[in-house]
Amino acid sequence: MESGPAPILEMKGISLSFPGVKALSTIDFRLFPGEVHALMGQNGAGKSTLIKVLTGVYPPDQGVIELDHRAITPASPLEAQKLGISTVYQEVNLCPNLSVAENISIGREPMRMGRIDWKRLNEQARTALAKLNIHIDVTQTLSSYSVAIQQMVAIARALDVSAKILILDEPTSSLDEQEVELLFEVIRKLRDEGLAVLFVTHFLAQTYQLADRITVLRNGELVGETRAAELPRLKLIEQMIGREVSQESGSLAPAAQVAMDQAAPALVEAHDLGRKGSMTPFDLKIRKGEILGLAGLLGSGRTETARLLFGADKADHGSVKMGGRKLSLSSPRTALMNGIGFCPEDRKTDGIIADLTVRENIILALQAKRGIFRALSHKKQEEIAETYIRIIGIKTSGMEQPCGKLSGGNQQKVILARWLATDPQFLILDEPTRGIDVGAKAEIMDLVIQLCQKGLAILFIASELEEVVRCCTRVAVLRDRVKITELEGSAIDENAILHAIAGVQE
Amino acid sequence: MTASQPTFFRRLTASKLFWPLVALALMLLFNLVFTKGFFHIQIKDGHLYGSLIDILNRAAPLMLIVIGMTLVIATSGIDISVGAVVAISGALVAMMIGGTLVLKGGVQEYVTLVPMPLAILAALGAATLVGLWNGLMVSRVGMQPIVATLILLMAGRGVAQLITNGQIITIYYKPYFFVGNGFLLGIPFSLYIVLAVLLFTLYFTRRTALGLFIESIGINPKASRMAGINAKNLLLCVYAFCALCAGIAGLIVCSNVKSADGNNAGMYFELDAILAVVLGGTSTAGGKFYLIGSIIGALIIQTLTTTIYSIGVPPEITLVVKALVVFVVMLFQSESFRKVVFNRFGGKVGQS
Repeated sequence: MESGPAPILEMKGISLSFPGVKALSTIDFRLFPGEVHALMGQNGAGKSTLIKVLTGVYPPDQGVIELDHRAITPASPLEAQKLGISTVYQEVNLCPNLSVAENISIGREPMRMGRIDWKRLNEQARTALAKLNIHIDVTQTLSSYSVAIQQMVAIARALDVSAKILILDEPTSSLDEQEVELLFEVIRKLRDEGLAVLFVTHFLAQTYQLADRITVLRNGELVGETRAAELPRLKLIEQMIGREVSQESGSLAPAAQVAMDQAAPALVEAHDLGRKGSMTPFDLKIRKGEILGLAGLLGSGRTETARLLFGADKADHGSVKMGGRKLSLSSPRTALMNGIGFCPEDRKTDGIIADLTVRENIILALQAKRGIFRALSHKKQEEIAETYIRIIGIKTSGMEQPCGKLSGGNQQKVILARWLATDPQFLILDEPTRGIDVGAKAEIMDLVIQLCQKGLAILFIASELEEVVRCCTRVAVLRDRVKITELEGSAIDENAILHAIAGVQE
Repeated sequence: MTASQPTFFRRLTASKLFWPLVALALMLLFNLVFTKGFFHIQIKDGHLYGSLIDILNRAAPLMLIVIGMTLVIATSGIDISVGAVVAISGALVAMMIGGTLVLKGGVQEYVTLVPMPLAILAALGAATLVGLWNGLMVSRVGMQPIVATLILLMAGRGVAQLITNGQIITIYYKPYFFVGNGFLLGIPFSLYIVLAVLLFTLYFTRRTALGLFIESIGINPKASRMAGINAKNLLLCVYAFCALCAGIAGLIVCSNVKSADGNNAGMYFELDAILAVVLGGTSTAGGKFYLIGSIIGALIIQTLTTTIYSIGVPPEITLVVKALVVFVVMLFQSESFRKVVFNRFGGKVGQS
């Protein structure tokens, strides 16, 4: 069907299951030499799993991988590298305390008479970087250079092992615009020299700047492979989210869409709030009894916005007012004291204290608010824990169960309980329904709506637009770390949000 | 009756204190068989005397240090400067109380340069300052605890030697001997100090939210911060308290030997203390902590030392014997090891 060069890599019918989850089901994927191929998909779509299969981290249950028409079965990343498949990961995983040259040649240093030939080692590093048009002092420690340069060093190291395929897993997530441009120049140069590049990113604009071909995965399944030029943005987002935008999204009356008094004063008011490298300054108002949705793709700045409003990251720009009073949000603690709560996206690392009991996890923030010396009595703690276990419906064998043993949905509920116990005025929910089963999802959604009816102001972040549409009274749309627009009332539907995310006029 | 037995047994073995207590009991049992008169306690001049009392008395400094160390380790930190703090505190108190023998008409007269309470307060104050410095480095500068306290492990001993001018200062002021050698109601006075500090710490960690916050920080510092816990100040206080405990231990050590030796006082205390905490069931990874367990750990170490001396192990192999015993105790503390052993021999116990 398609003329031109034969693919250098073909993955055919790749399937992989983890206990209880089908991570990949019969995925076909191919890479052509001299092309940049973007692998796109929402969180949990199977992008990184596919890469891990390719690089030998997981052996596939089914399917074959062919490199240059020869079947390969890499058993480890090292083996994959020897075959010519090199990967540069999201976080630079080099040794920051070693020199640039050492980092490039680590593990295969040129030797002379049983000792490292430093002169040749440095020379090799210089040549490797020169191929990328980078000319720096390779004897300096890696950490003395910017993240972008470190990224280049990682690429140079990957290419130094005679790569046929270069995999870049979110290489731009910690780079600023100029650095991204620098990186892209290098990638384009490599592409023109005939390398096959697999590029994973969440940034739409960058995909179109760089990619020749796009493959989209969703829920572990292949949605399609298309030439970038033939795939409009909106179509791409449709493929990623799995919903046709043109289709009527139905007139299901959003449960919480009450007519908000436009004149009602805002409870929380962010003005020109921003932080360099994480979120472009934005304005945001949230009224009492309102659920404000934040929509956007992963990496669009949703979590960053939430963290700024909670003081988890300090803003270097703008201000936040609450009830007309200016807050100096320097830490989560000040947010807590001012009646702000935050259920973070990554509940394992930022949320639960796994070894503490459900009871202790629930009362933790309230106790932190009261301080060390005004300890809640054991009886009081049990009362609070019992109340929330009942109201929210936390399924646990008892309140003395370690929280880490609960299922994901119940852990999420515990964190929700923790914040509700502090009696907040403003609650930030970052993906409260992520990775939990359908029943628990519906329960949490209902709970959110109930809370809002009680007068709480809620900032609601969810990848599933259906949830956003269902419960939000207003939706702010983010794209590439900029707040694009706000939708209100009846203007909120999935099509409109998708159009806004894609940046297409309706 | 038989049906309730396994659950009781399981509950017993599941208790964090079970294995440390077994180790201590085995050691005492060994002494019952091999050391003559080990359990013999007699009353001399209204004071209790005997090997057991001796072990308790000698373990007093370690027990004190272990209390502070437990809290530090629970925050997933470590404090290796406690031995040096013992030296500083001892040196300071000896210096201030004074080291000259004053004889008046052939009778010793007790003189202090500085009133004793003031000297003690100064020593404890200095110890706390050292701890604050450690806490500052860890919580504000963000140094790794082992590195931050390593600085004072070295420098602290230097300070102690500066205070004593590199000499061993002998204390001649008799009232001060009471701290480490005195008896109150037949029981060594140092044990009252240990008990007071232990009760104080138990109260503040379990009757206030302090214990919860310490465990929370030790288990997941990021999530604790997100829950609004002020980890920085808490760490500062915990390190300061650990050094204060070491300072009190320093007073006892110094009073025990009636002198201050900046060079050797409190040598390797940090290692014994860490060992005791681990023996007592608190993980060096931080999190849940067991003060009583740590105290038992300290007693295990002191019993071991005393046993080795009393059964006459040749001095050149005492360290090897000590290491072997500790190794075996540690093996039995390890859950995965117990599973392997009990599944092979018993079958029932290891299964959960």
